[in-house]
Amino acid sequence: MEQRFDIAVIGGGVVGLAILRRFAIAGLKCVLLERGSDILSGASKGNSALLHTGFDAPPRSLELRCMKAGYAEYLRIRQKLNLPLFESGAIVVGWNEAELAALPAIVEKAHKNGVKDVRAISQTELRLKEPNLAKNALGGVFIPGEHIIDAWSAPLAYAHQALAHGAIILRNADVTDGEFTKDAWTLVSKRGKITASIAINAAGNFGDLVEMIARLSPFTIKPRKGQFVVFDKPACKLLRAIILPVPTAHTKGVVLFRTAFGNLAIGPTAEDQDEREIATCDSETLNRLKSHAVEMIPALSNVDVNATYAGLRPASEHSDYVIEAVKGKNWITVGGIRSTGLTASLGIADYVSQLYDKNFGKLPKKSPERFWTPVPNLSEGRIRPYMKGDEIVCHCEHVTRGEIDTALAEPLPAGDMGGLKRRTRAMMGRCQGFYCSAHIAEITKGRFDGKP
Amino acid sequence: MESHDVIIVGGGPTGLSAARRLADLGIRDVVVLERETETGGIPRHCGHLGFGWQSHKRLWTGPRFAAELRKSTKGLDVRTATTVLELLKDGQLRIQTPSGLGEMAAKHVLIATGTRETPRSARLVGGSRPQGVMNTGALQQHVYLHHNKPFDRPVIIGSELVSFSALLTCRHLGIKPIAMLEENPQISAPRPGDLIARFVFGVPVRTSAKLIAIEGRKNVEAVEVERRGKREHIACDGVIFTGQFRPETALMPTGLPSEQFSSAGNVFGPLKTSGECWQQGVSAAEEIAKRLAN
Repeated sequence: MEQRFDIAVIGGGVVGLAILRRFAIAGLKCVLLERGSDILSGASKGNSALLHTGFDAPPRSLELRCMKAGYAEYLRIRQKLNLPLFESGAIVVGWNEAELAALPAIVEKAHKNGVKDVRAISQTELRLKEPNLAKNALGGVFIPGEHIIDAWSAPLAYAHQALAHGAIILRNADVTDGEFTKDAWTLVSKRGKITASIAINAAGNFGDLVEMIARLSPFTIKPRKGQFVVFDKPACKLLRAIILPVPTAHTKGVVLFRTAFGNLAIGPTAEDQDEREIATCDSETLNRLKSHAVEMIPALSNVDVNATYAGLRPASEHSDYVIEAVKGKNWITVGGIRSTGLTASLGIADYVSQLYDKNFGKLPKKSPERFWTPVPNLSEGRIRPYMKGDEIVCHCEHVTRGEIDTALAEPLPAGDMGGLKRRTRAMMGRCQGFYCSAHIAEITKGRFDGKP
Repeated sequence: MESHDVIIVGGGPTGLSAARRLADLGIRDVVVLERETETGGIPRHCGHLGFGWQSHKRLWTGPRFAAELRKSTKGLDVRTATTVLELLKDGQLRIQTPSGLGEMAAKHVLIATGTRETPRSARLVGGSRPQGVMNTGALQQHVYLHHNKPFDRPVIIGSELVSFSALLTCRHLGIKPIAMLEENPQISAPRPGDLIARFVFGVPVRTSAKLIAIEGRKNVEAVEVERRGKREHIACDGVIFTGQFRPETALMPTGLPSEQFSSAGNVFGPLKTSGECWQQGVSAAEEIAKRLAN
């Protein structure tokens, strides 16, 4: 590409897209380079889709700061982008005396983190709130502000809004090298050379490798795998709040939660691995997760499993995010953004824009959004196209022909079958494509080839 | 609210045969609701022989059988592209049609939503999630409805009757399965199914072979199988999960809501052939006619 960009973002996950959106709205000429054949094909494709308050984040951390800012901005913009919010609240449940004893410290930490409405609840109140929980749930901590969102629609909306403000998104554009001369980066990608004044590394599970283009990486990515089991829709009626375990030092632990699509899911596990791209499931762990869910809600034993999946979160050796400007190199590092990245992404984008402002040039003081790009709603309980009579193709998830056509249309058509599934939920229900996968293969024939 | 004597949910062999029989018994106010754009159900994509004996004393392919069922219900009120979303009480239904959401009611509602195979996910099989993993039903649609060859050398998981349907389907487009893997010490289909697989189709049957994981980045590259305590990798480019049929009970997760509803065919009881479903449709119709007369 001949033109010179102000900003090149490396990585089309939720963090990269939120950053792209922020700078595009500010009026800068932006390009995003994504290695996958579609956006959201790395760490962002397999998370638990929860909007966190940060009640349990490390106090005074950058992570907490970005989560709080991201949380607030999501609430500010979500209606204009047609993004869902299920105000479920969360409960940290104590399942034995030792866990019960750990609860007061959780309340204290939450208050220290500025999440003031967090409070301890008795076993009686817990049962009133969640009558289907097993009898050995002894008590809990209620966090009203933890919510359920849709992990794919939000970043897709950020991408569309960035495009509307003039940004360019290149897929199949693995960045393999780069050179900084005087005042600009020339990034070498599978789609050609890209010149930009500032490069921003938001490469997720490949973050430390991409960082080597600019400098010795100050962090090492240690991909942490999380497996999930998703129960069929009847399960959704058995739970209201997000059920959290008492956390350990290593992980927030296995969570039981409803999804925006009307399912109930359990996960993630926390398994360190070297592989950066493929997250495999194993039947032993899936069985264990399923049993664990049934232990918490015995009535789940009668509900089928719809889906299983695994995601990789880009953990690093640091307990906090690594977000910094590399002066003299026109480079901004955004690394080690673990599972809180979905919540924090808008806050991270704002923090990155402040780093830019401080180090590389002034952004306009106020730059309100000129365009809003509402995305199609996928979530339950809100208006969906099938309700207006559009032809249903995927019967389990009520995905219509119109929704599939929209997902395959400009300005950012699904780049592969996974991208289509994430945009529509087609084939992600109880039959997993038994009825519709051949029909959808026919509809999409030749549509994924050579998409930019 | 639109109201009828009988509404039949599902336009497969059971539903269509019940509609025909009700009409023959003089019950004219019957509506069949089918969510697909064409009735006929599963036989529509079973392109091999083996259909029509119980109903017509003929040996047809599935699509031919489906076409005959459609012919037999010509003139009856059969509505395609109509999805039942929810069973309400007192024989009422929440539906979706090309004009949007609505409600319908009947003195009696017959649920004939059939059955489907258990997909990979519900079997909690490990590994990655590459393309080329599907049930027999999806494979048949690829092959017979869309003439699409999703893989060349798959493995077949399971050894029920439908697993042999998968073999036939593969042969139709020159797909050569590498092996049929059965977790149990014996195959599930009646003997000499294993001999037929080996000598008629040239596909070895391995019993006591448990699928552990599917491997591959974009497409399937291999499966990991445990056999007699040992694990081995079998190179292949697809996985067909056959059988383990489960009734399509999404409309009634906690059972039928009231006495105005009943169910027949493969959504009810053990797995049946399409001919048996056709017969059950006839009996269900006679039962409903009796109820309406009282």
